[in-house]
Amino acid sequence: MDKSRRRFLLGTAGAAALATAAVPALAVAGETGGARHGSGHGGGGDGGGAARGGGAAHGGGAAHGGGGAAHGGGVNGAMFRSGRQVDHVANGFHPDDVLRDFDYGRVSTLPDGRVLREWDVVASDKDIEVAPGVTFPAWTFDGRIPGPTLRATEGDLMRVRFVNDSAHPHTMHFHGVHPAGMDGVPLVGRGVIAPGEEFVYEFDAQPFGLHLYHCHVGPLAEHIARGMYGTFVVDPAVGRPPADEMVMVTHGFNTTFDGGSNQLYAVNGIPFHYVDSPVRVRRNELVRVYLVNILEYDPINTFHLHGNFFDYYPTGTRLEPSEFTDTVVQAQGQRGICEIRFPYPGKYMFHAHKTEFADLGWMGFFEVSD
Amino acid sequence: MFERSGRTVATWATPVAVLGLVAIALLALGLLAGNALPERTGPPVEEVAVERTTITPGEFALSVRNTGPDPVTVAQVFVNDAYADVRGGEDPISPLGAATMTVDYPWQDGNPYLLTLLTSSGVAIEHMIPVATVTPPLDATSIGRMALLGVYIGVVPVLLGVAFLPVLRRAGPVVRRAVLALTVGLLAFLAVDATLQGFELGAQSAFGGVALLAVGAGVAYMALSALGRLGRGGSATGSRLALLIAVGIGLHNLSEGLAVGSAYAVGELALGASLVVGFAAHNLTEGIAIVSPLTAEKVSPARLVGLGLLAGAPACVGAVVGSTATTPATATLLLGVGIGAIAQVVAQIWPLLRAKGARVLDTPTLAGLGAGVLVMYLTSLLVTA
Repeated sequence: MDKSRRRFLLGTAGAAALATAAVPALAVAGETGGARHGSGHGGGGDGGGAARGGGAAHGGGAAHGGGGAAHGGGVNGAMFRSGRQVDHVANGFHPDDVLRDFDYGRVSTLPDGRVLREWDVVASDKDIEVAPGVTFPAWTFDGRIPGPTLRATEGDLMRVRFVNDSAHPHTMHFHGVHPAGMDGVPLVGRGVIAPGEEFVYEFDAQPFGLHLYHCHVGPLAEHIARGMYGTFVVDPAVGRPPADEMVMVTHGFNTTFDGGSNQLYAVNGIPFHYVDSPVRVRRNELVRVYLVNILEYDPINTFHLHGNFFDYYPTGTRLEPSEFTDTVVQAQGQRGICEIRFPYPGKYMFHAHKTEFADLGWMGFFEVSD
Repeated sequence: MFERSGRTVATWATPVAVLGLVAIALLALGLLAGNALPERTGPPVEEVAVERTTITPGEFALSVRNTGPDPVTVAQVFVNDAYADVRGGEDPISPLGAATMTVDYPWQDGNPYLLTLLTSSGVAIEHMIPVATVTPPLDATSIGRMALLGVYIGVVPVLLGVAFLPVLRRAGPVVRRAVLALTVGLLAFLAVDATLQGFELGAQSAFGGVALLAVGAGVAYMALSALGRLGRGGSATGSRLALLIAVGIGLHNLSEGLAVGSAYAVGELALGASLVVGFAAHNLTEGIAIVSPLTAEKVSPARLVGLGLLAGAPACVGAVVGSTATTPATATLLLGVGIGAIAQVVAQIWPLLRAKGARVLDTPTLAGLGAGVLVMYLTSLLVTA
């Protein structure tokens, strides 16, 4: 949380103390200070749910997988209100599908022999249930958060027809190397795409690596935070070793729209989703995670994997890993490829090691089986 | 007989007809105006007040009330930046409706907690628990403890103040007026202090903060005015004035007990010797205030004790209720009642402050006024020590 939030918190504490303590207001301040250093005998939680644990290495992680039973609660960790799930059908997308959904486009060959990949991407306004019972008035690419994962190979020609069906002006700004007119920012080239209009972004797929696209209309932070972001992957011409590949876009929802911080943090659209529905992988098989951070309002995000280490390729633009680690830090817009091999079966947590993000939704599990 | 009943009908017909017409007009206005004016623009207005927090090991129980014009659904709750399981309050809460929610959270003794209620539209409603500690259970022991606290801070000091009557009797008219002025000064301090508290507490109230304070003060002022005029007309003197002062101070002590009880319940108050001695010094002056109009009258000891209990015992009731069932709204209303009562008492005493035939207050009286304010200020510091 940001500093202003903390200041607010302290201020509220003072005000509330004064108000409730009435006449002995100043005594309250004195006693408060004393109490904080007390012995801490009253804290609860020991009744919370040791019984829920299933014997797995990760305290209390038993009850998920089947039937949408919730994980966590009390000392077993953060969770949403039990008994209600997000309606993925009404949302029109499912994080389980987003995970391994790579869109290679409509493929054809140009006269010069190059591969042409074409996509239609439609911007639209859509109410999305981002947490059980919480509706977020999102702006989306193709009606989902994150937008579609576009994938090409180094040297291909990418042609993205962008249709703005939203009530608001938008653009598609791609990272990567391209001419100014294809940059998707206001007042350059075609600039802002007004509601009802469309534009074709066309550029070479370069450099190889892991990139992102997002709307670049002002106010920029809101246009991104409303949900207008997605991944595009440019594979190296030489290819990468075969692997179980998946994309994980880490982001947040500022449901109050105060531009201060996020009330919810998520990977691939829905907070806590991969806690209740773990990412299933195979033991000893190479797992390649395309990890993209498009969090707004918080300067950094992190990714931490339990029970394992991984090779990390920043931005995916080199074929050699930069480090072998279990935790990486990404600033806004930073991304990288994680290559993981799980030697043991079982459930392994992954989450932001900026742990308040984890407790506000940015956590999940890998479930490794033979 | 026939004529008389006919006249009765005529007497009633006009008001009934007027009321009926007004009712029909209001109905028509409601039906037509609703269509003539556009719908409100913008998202629903979601306002929720947390009226009471009960803390048990591993759980916060929140009593919430919808204080806005639209239904509110509390979809999720997070505590200090961590979502938590919640039971209760799943359904929309209608305007002025209430719900109870229990949050499963392993809180630690003495820590502050910021609870955020996330509504179905993503609005974040925050509620601060400044210091978490187990809420005292509602049983005979805790009720007895609170009643005893009320005796210590209310009954005993007021009775000690009443015991000053023989001292006052030996004084001349100038000193008596000065003592009455001292009473006015200390009552004025209490009124101002209670008003400031009322503003702060009212901000958390579900039923209009300052308005509620004003309602309490207004009703109490009118009621005590009427009480003062019972039997005889004109302004009260002597034992009747003493009774009025006792009632006014009693109403004040009710809200003071309430504040102390609720502060204790939320773990913000240590019931140490310093608190009790501080309140004794503070409220002792209230006893002096009660007997100050009685210097020229014969009063039985039983009557004096009765007056003292009238002024002091409400602190017991307040402490018990405050530690168990109070909400910001009731506390604000009672603070208002106390303010109104004090204002009425001041209005009753004021004419007695002038010497016979004098148009302005004399120096000893002015000094008494100032001393009253000063004494209350200084003893209020003792309470917080």
